[in-house]
Amino acid sequence: MSTPDLLVQDRPAALRRLLARPELGSLIAAVAVFVVFAVVAEPFLRVSSLGTVLYAASTIGIMAVPVSLLMIGGEFDLSAGVVVTTAALTSSMVSYQFTAVTWVGVLVSLVTTLAIGWFNGWMLGRTKLPSFIVTLGTFLMLTGANLGVTKAISGTVSTKSIADMQGFESCRWLFASEVTIGGLTVKATVWWWLGLLAIGSWVLLRTRFGNWIFAVGGDADAARAVGVPVARTKTVLYLGVGFGAWVLGQHLLFSFDTVQSGEGSGNELIYIVAAVIGGCLITGGYGSVAGSALGALIFGMASKGIIYAQWNPDWFKFFLGAMLLLAALLNAYVKRRAERGPR
Amino acid sequence: MSSELLALKGVGKTYGTVRALQDVSLTLRSGEISCVLGDNGAGKSTLIKIIAGLHQHDEGSYTIGGEEVRFGSPREALDRGIATVYQDLAVVPLMPVWRNFFLGSEQGMRRWGGLRLDADAMRATTREALAKMGIDLHDVDRPIGTLSGGQRQCVAIARAVHFGAEVLILDEPTAALGVKQSGVVLKYVTAARDAGLGVVLITHNPHHAYLVGDHFTLLKRGRMAGSHPRAEISLEQLTTEMAGGSDLAELSHELARPSDSRNSSGSSGSSDSRNSSDSRDSREERPQP
Ligand SMILES: Nc1ncnc2c1ncn2[C@@H]1O[C@H](COP(=O)(O)OP(=O)(O)OP(=O)(O)O)[C@@H](O)[C@H]1O
Ligand SMILES: [Mg+2]
Repeated sequence: MSTPDLLVQDRPAALRRLLARPELGSLIAAVAVFVVFAVVAEPFLRVSSLGTVLYAASTIGIMAVPVSLLMIGGEFDLSAGVVVTTAALTSSMVSYQFTAVTWVGVLVSLVTTLAIGWFNGWMLGRTKLPSFIVTLGTFLMLTGANLGVTKAISGTVSTKSIADMQGFESCRWLFASEVTIGGLTVKATVWWWLGLLAIGSWVLLRTRFGNWIFAVGGDADAARAVGVPVARTKTVLYLGVGFGAWVLGQHLLFSFDTVQSGEGSGNELIYIVAAVIGGCLITGGYGSVAGSALGALIFGMASKGIIYAQWNPDWFKFFLGAMLLLAALLNAYVKRRAERGPR
Repeated sequence: MSSELLALKGVGKTYGTVRALQDVSLTLRSGEISCVLGDNGAGKSTLIKIIAGLHQHDEGSYTIGGEEVRFGSPREALDRGIATVYQDLAVVPLMPVWRNFFLGSEQGMRRWGGLRLDADAMRATTREALAKMGIDLHDVDRPIGTLSGGQRQCVAIARAVHFGAEVLILDEPTAALGVKQSGVVLKYVTAARDAGLGVVLITHNPHHAYLVGDHFTLLKRGRMAGSHPRAEISLEQLTTEMAGGSDLAELSHELARPSDSRNSSGSSGSSDSRNSSDSRDSREERPQP
């Protein structure tokens, strides 16, 4: 038990820092999952499969970026799954009911998701309740509202098609197009994902606001005492979740042109799993955005790899749960390493 | 030269039903070290949290340069040049040393409109500021939680000195420190005073207080038990007042040996203070006459 510690102590600082990086565990896990499926599932290594895996990863990864930032900031958002559906529904219904231009719905949808994010942040700051409770409340409310409003307006559980409206093609181009590069089909969500990843990671590691994210998650009282606006920081993180939900919601709408109002619920847990696998500490103050991408990639590889390997897909959730537990244990271990005294 | 920086008059504060402070007054001038002394729970931390904007007073007045203030957050106090080192809220353990050092006062790169952190400059500044305090920390990327308690305290003090414009507040800065670091901190405190800052120094230790203080305020169960300029009080009187008259005999007995050895060896203040504060804690268990 003490041997590895001794070894690590003797290594140079750069290597020691590498070993304490939050993403390290998820990188090893991603490589392992890749190797396993490359060996057992022949179609896994085809270029077309890579496109499919990337797409699956991107639909999780777009949300995993803001969710991991929020988790580093010390909070959860259980409404992150259904708010994606809310975003799609709002966009579709506003366009259908009030105008015949899809861009209007898209913009109203953005305002709506940001307002929901702001509400979560404001409630948290105001009530001092745990975010688990606050966002469980918004989760339930949105689940009910998604179904209730859709049924009241369209009479069914899905929205009407908006495919013939003005602006549909340009919206589809922005949110749901695909390009084929040398046999590899890349969906628009992949670009959004990479963009959010780059911005999120840069903000976290290179800006003042990123410093505040670590601080409010690590010790909110200490952060407040040196002048960090704790409540405002958290609210901005919730706005980030709202933005991600907007992007993903528009993608769902413009790739299928109708929306099922019952979708989305349950995905919030997958986003959280991706963030934790990526090295985010559940208690906050530690983690990485790049890691959340690896978490999303593991999700994409495993969900599609199981199908290519012709395994029973029922085991997918089991696999995900096991990964989560392993990752959480590893993170706790890395945290203890990071905190422990010098000698 | 010594203009008034801040003044508290008749300040009181209750936490729910606990009366933590009552009718406390304190004036701080530039170039002055004002010491606040008192036993555990006397209300010292509460007093400085009011000055620092972490809590608000319920009674009395708080003025800065003659203007009445009531801070809603520590940020407002910091913006008025009041920097604080808290006893219990010093640092965020998992964050690297340099990020902690600049937390709340991050330095941006001008080229990026201040948006991008100037991480290299921040690291270098941190290293320099710590070196000045006698801490040679090469790897400022270490999580600050891996430093010893005293080193962490020094980072917090170095940070407050670095960013503090006019008023420096220190809540028991030497409590967790060894002899050498205590000496360094006290030197820092006097250097800050000589640079024209006003310093509020909170301590359990009358010896440390008397080494540097210009004014002494004693708190007892939330009330002022004395307020003296240095000229009016000797170390013996200060110790006596702090202990409370009836416990004097016992205390002087307990302090007898350490104070003899101090006369010969200059600065062994800290280890002595450990002894005396330990014995005070045990004494508190006994019923008061
Ligand atoms: N946040 C709080 N809520 C309720 N009561 C508090 C709070 N902070 C302090 N108190 C009470 O106020 C009184 C004064 O506490 P304070 O922390 O100011 O004492 P102190 O002089 O700093 O003590 P120490 O020497 O132990 O640091 C104590 O009775 C304490 O229990
Ligand atoms: Mg205190």
